[in-house]
Amino acid sequence: MEIEQLEKVASQVRRDIVRMVHGCQSGHPGGSLGCTEILVALYFEQMKIKEENGKPVFDMNGEGEDLFFLSNGHISPVWYSVLAHKGYFPKEEMATFRKLNSRLQGHPTTHEHLEGIRIASGSLGQGMSAAIGAALAKKLNKDTRTVFVLMGDGEQQEGQVWEAASFAPHHEVDNLIAMIDLNGQQIDGPTLKVMNNRDLGKKYEAFGWEVITIEEGNDMAAVVKGLYEAKSRLGHGRPIMILVHTGMGFGVDFMMGSHKWHGVAPNDEQLAAALGQLEETLGDY
Amino acid sequence: MKKYTFTEKKDTRSGFGAGMHVLGQQNPNVVALCADLVGSLKLEAFIKENPDRFVQCGISEANMIGVSAGLTIGGKIPFATTFANFATGRVYDQIRQSVAYSNKNVKICASHAGLTLGEDGATHQILEDLGMMKMLPGMTVINPCDYNQTKAATIAIADHEGPVYLRFGRPVIPVFTDADQVFEIGKAWMVNEGTDVSIFATGHMVWEAIQAGEQLEAEGINAEIINIHTIKPLDEEAILKSVSKTGCAVTAEEHNRLGGLGDSVAQVLVKNKLVPQEYVAVNDSFGESGTPAQLMEKYGLTAKDIVAAAKRAIERKNA
Repeated sequence: MEIEQLEKVASQVRRDIVRMVHGCQSGHPGGSLGCTEILVALYFEQMKIKEENGKPVFDMNGEGEDLFFLSNGHISPVWYSVLAHKGYFPKEEMATFRKLNSRLQGHPTTHEHLEGIRIASGSLGQGMSAAIGAALAKKLNKDTRTVFVLMGDGEQQEGQVWEAASFAPHHEVDNLIAMIDLNGQQIDGPTLKVMNNRDLGKKYEAFGWEVITIEEGNDMAAVVKGLYEAKSRLGHGRPIMILVHTGMGFGVDFMMGSHKWHGVAPNDEQLAAALGQLEETLGDY
Repeated sequence: MKKYTFTEKKDTRSGFGAGMHVLGQQNPNVVALCADLVGSLKLEAFIKENPDRFVQCGISEANMIGVSAGLTIGGKIPFATTFANFATGRVYDQIRQSVAYSNKNVKICASHAGLTLGEDGATHQILEDLGMMKMLPGMTVINPCDYNQTKAATIAIADHEGPVYLRFGRPVIPVFTDADQVFEIGKAWMVNEGTDVSIFATGHMVWEAIQAGEQLEAEGINAEIINIHTIKPLDEEAILKSVSKTGCAVTAEEHNRLGGLGDSVAQVLVKNKLVPQEYVAVNDSFGESGTPAQLMEKYGLTAKDIVAAAKRAIERKNA
């Protein structure tokens, strides 16, 4: 897809994010807005997905297709919107986000059988392990497609992440592209103040990963280019890590760059102000 | 009392290893994972024949559970193995989120459960694992009683779709069940039919219950002994049928009295048929270093403790 078209999808996804979070007065808009380019670029450009008549055909095993895992599950709004616009489920379902009897739980789950989701996430630090397992299964099945996983930067404080970080290079899981959303924010404040991750690139390199960086993680062209760059390095015995610099709350001026919008919903006025900055391109749900 | 004899003693973990050896040959989707305890889990035969289907995880149990969950996406049947303490308490949230809530077909296979791990002491002697695992929605919990039953259970759980916790142990104990048995998940095994008291035993306590049955018989008490190898789903029908006949119950488990088999049986009795029940279990404490036999004696988990409990239960029934 052309960059301009991807940007149009991203604008709609951002509208959906603020509307979903506003609709239930709950959820995490900041990280969702910041990761919009990553998820749109993955699903609308990078990933090979099984389709019939232009719509995804979802099955749990995902053989012969690329798989995506969201480890920082609290940014579910961006994933739900991307999945809905991709055609996994009706976009009207976004109106049920975080409400009783919904398949769009606060954090993504398989429990309600929402198409596109392969494991529950949200208890941080677990997604990369699952992605590694799925990548190993692909190797055992002689399936040459790729497994992607996105984590948060605050999430790097979880110990299990580093168990997985040791495991993947040791077992030469070279069909895996992991990404970290480097927005520098977490619930209690800037990551530098809460718990300094130091140099994540050097850390992952020391663990045996091939590390690349996307400096402008909210520039669609840069994200698309970075993903292709990562893909070109697969298959050489090492897993790939992409450090993606993003702005929390990107796309809505008053939400940008602050941890205050990590897990807070906009009120009616704030919603109107946010939507005024985001063009409706694919039709609201 | 039905006679149970044995010609050899073996550890249940070796039954697991033998089951894995069979699965390695029979089921190409079975993958074994281990966190640096291959020898303890008796996985050598499986690994030798299926090196590509063994994943050494190092001392990283949380990651092992997550990788196992991921392997199911792609149709694999992962058997994640380590000591029971590290297979449950250490990774409870990983099991809860990535396995149970996500309904992944992961088999958590836990050796060295309970006091009979012995000299390593309380840091490694988990007595809470059955409780933790049975509380997880959708989790099947199995605690077989000897080498042959553990082997049969290992083979059986590969064909069961859904998460399973399989618990076994380190000490060598009599092999008294059939070598060619077919293991049926959730179906209690009638060890001995009796009329005076129902003894529901699991794991290593089943052999103790048999010995208790013989002692009770010598004193003119006719004990019914049932092997509850599957703690969840519990064979409520077998339990109720038995107590309807005997009118009182003893539960015997190598586990804390809080949250284990005893509590599961009590719930069935309270809801359906209130009869006196006595617990043979660890009385809400940690273990300690010692030989398995010394520990079972000190913490009240021997045949003589089951005999005493049976007499108390009968006394309460007749009061």
